Amino acid sequence: MTLTQTAGGLLLPDHDAIGEWRRLRDRLAHADRAASAAALAALAGGIRRTVISTIHAAGLGHTGGDLSVTDILTTLYGAVLRIDPARPDWPERDRLILSKGHCSVALYTTLTTCGFFPADRLATFAAPLSPLNGHPSRKAVPGVETSSGPLGHGLPVGVGVAVGLRLRGSPARTVVVLGDGELQEGSNWEAAMTAAHRGLSSLTAVIDRNGLQQGARTGDTNDLEPLADKWRAFGWEVAEVDGHDHLALLDAVTAPRAEPRPRCVIARTVKGRGVSFMEDRVEWHHKVPDAEQTRMALEELR
Amino acid sequence: MIVEETHDCRDAFAAELVRLARADSRIVAVCNDSVGSSKLAAFAQEFPDRLINVGIAEQDMVGIGAGLANAGLVPFVCGAATFLTARALEQIKADVAYSLANVKLCGMSPGLAYGALGPTHHSTEDLSWLRAIADLPVVVPADPAQTSAAIRWAAETTGPVFLRIGRFPVPDVSPPGGPAFAYGRAARLRDGEDATLVATGTMVSRALQAAALLAERGVEARVVNVSTISPLDREEIIAAARQTRAVVTAEEAVPTGGLGAAVAEVVLETRPVPMRLLGPRTFAPTGETAFLLEHFGLTAEGIARSTLDVLGLGHGDLGNTGLGTTGVEGGDLGGRGLEGGDLGTTGLGGGDHSGGDLGGAGHGGGLAGAGHDG
Repeated sequence: MTLTQTAGGLLLPDHDAIGEWRRLRDRLAHADRAASAAALAALAGGIRRTVISTIHAAGLGHTGGDLSVTDILTTLYGAVLRIDPARPDWPERDRLILSKGHCSVALYTTLTTCGFFPADRLATFAAPLSPLNGHPSRKAVPGVETSSGPLGHGLPVGVGVAVGLRLRGSPARTVVVLGDGELQEGSNWEAAMTAAHRGLSSLTAVIDRNGLQQGARTGDTNDLEPLADKWRAFGWEVAEVDGHDHLALLDAVTAPRAEPRPRCVIARTVKGRGVSFMEDRVEWHHKVPDAEQTRMALEELR
Repeated sequence: MIVEETHDCRDAFAAELVRLARADSRIVAVCNDSVGSSKLAAFAQEFPDRLINVGIAEQDMVGIGAGLANAGLVPFVCGAATFLTARALEQIKADVAYSLANVKLCGMSPGLAYGALGPTHHSTEDLSWLRAIADLPVVVPADPAQTSAAIRWAAETTGPVFLRIGRFPVPDVSPPGGPAFAYGRAARLRDGEDATLVATGTMVSRALQAAALLAERGVEARVVNVSTISPLDREEIIAAARQTRAVVTAEEAVPTGGLGAAVAEVVLETRPVPMRLLGPRTFAPTGETAFLLEHFGLTAEGIARSTLDVLGLGHGDLGNTGLGTTGVEGGDLGGRGLEGGDLGTTGLGGGDHSGGDLGGAGHGGGLAGAGHDG
């Protein structure tokens, strides 16, 4: 079986989009901070609008988390990751693992902005035989490093990637994007121990700390605090930033490391960010906007 | 009394892995504090950087295996079969099988190998669980030659696989000359037209011994070694159902979902014939492995008795063998009554195995050798 091949068709690189993404990366490499911030904000705005439209059309999706993780994905794909969307299996690529796989629409949309596959394929999201499942499949979607969906899986895989790349002498980096609620899964803490024990300085975990999980606030469910202290106690370097501030995220992820340690970036976010009636509302975890709500959301995101 | 030389298949596994690692720098081993019980000491000595011992953390271990594969390595992820499969089943499903990650899962010391350490340490459900997962080949070698060949095949083949590496000592069963292991192909080790004995792993040698017992009584049993449980060699099973009058399966695992169920599915869908599915159906009582195998009727005598029974021949012609004459289903045929019977003179009883390696480890203060060392 060939990867990326499914009954619903093949997702092939979108070379126009790749060109556009490369031009953005070039611009960002030379832009001042204000211009960089503006460019990433524009990219994130487009991703949010597509997320809303895609979820509305499919009648399925995790709207709140998609909107809280958007700026993290935008920053990483727009300004950090060394990747080649035309060669998703390039051995020396940086790896991004989306552990909170339920936020697949934000990931799929971001991947289309890099040109991994054409944006018009987003219209097939969740449709019969589409490669774009509710949770991302490595077999079906170029750019997806591991199938995710069940929570607490991404960090162990990321640790394995980082160990393997170091063993191969590769300079490539590994970033795992986690939800905060999923930190209740013990597997994360197994991996956190291993990463620190092995001094995985090429590994970064970015936590989308929106404070809500499916049913309630994380603090009312199984409190994660003091979260930064937990990671420090596990031997990680910790940075806490505004998870909607692209430049703050960029600085936190790319800052040089004083010691050979894995880094945890706690990105404080707002679930449903950008749409007033969704923000910080637990019911928007996987509620789908109706036509009027979609119109209002797109208006706000313009 | 014939005393056959027996082997711990983990030794063949360990030696083959070192050989392969010398030739292919992508091969790494991952384990859960099981360097000793996974027989990785020699690997660790020769390739210290390529042994990734994650400690007692099976979810982490399997996820790391998937990550190592993503980074271009070929990880052999080793742990006691029960902890590897039960603790990390979701990682096996999502990170390895559904992701088509090139991970070689090596379940060590499966079945009842941990004997008196008890059901917490027995891996009798693994075949059922893993056979239910798509895109995950399930391979159970029956002797050292098959073990080595299966490890080579796994290393050369891109994609996930589960390898069940036996600890309970077994004699050689692979015919000399031919390839010891062919993926997806069952091996017919003995021909016969009255019944077919379908066995896997430790039960293959016992099925051969059962066929010899049956032959003494005029029943010609075919013996098929199924070393790839999933995907199953349907053609060989269909042939057995068409050409013989009954099918008996034997495995060191629950037959509900394991080899027995796999074979029964094919027989039922193609040409139904009477069947008996042998394997432990309850948590085991206390006892060393050889005793437990007898307890569950997983001996040559037990397999022979079930075969006679399914053929409707009864056991009268077996004479004073101690074999039960009524009842056919599972545990009520517990093997204690088999000891000392006529059949014992063939040397096929459990006694030859009772002093095996595990017995020594299990009773010699080395209990920690079960899965997590130290």
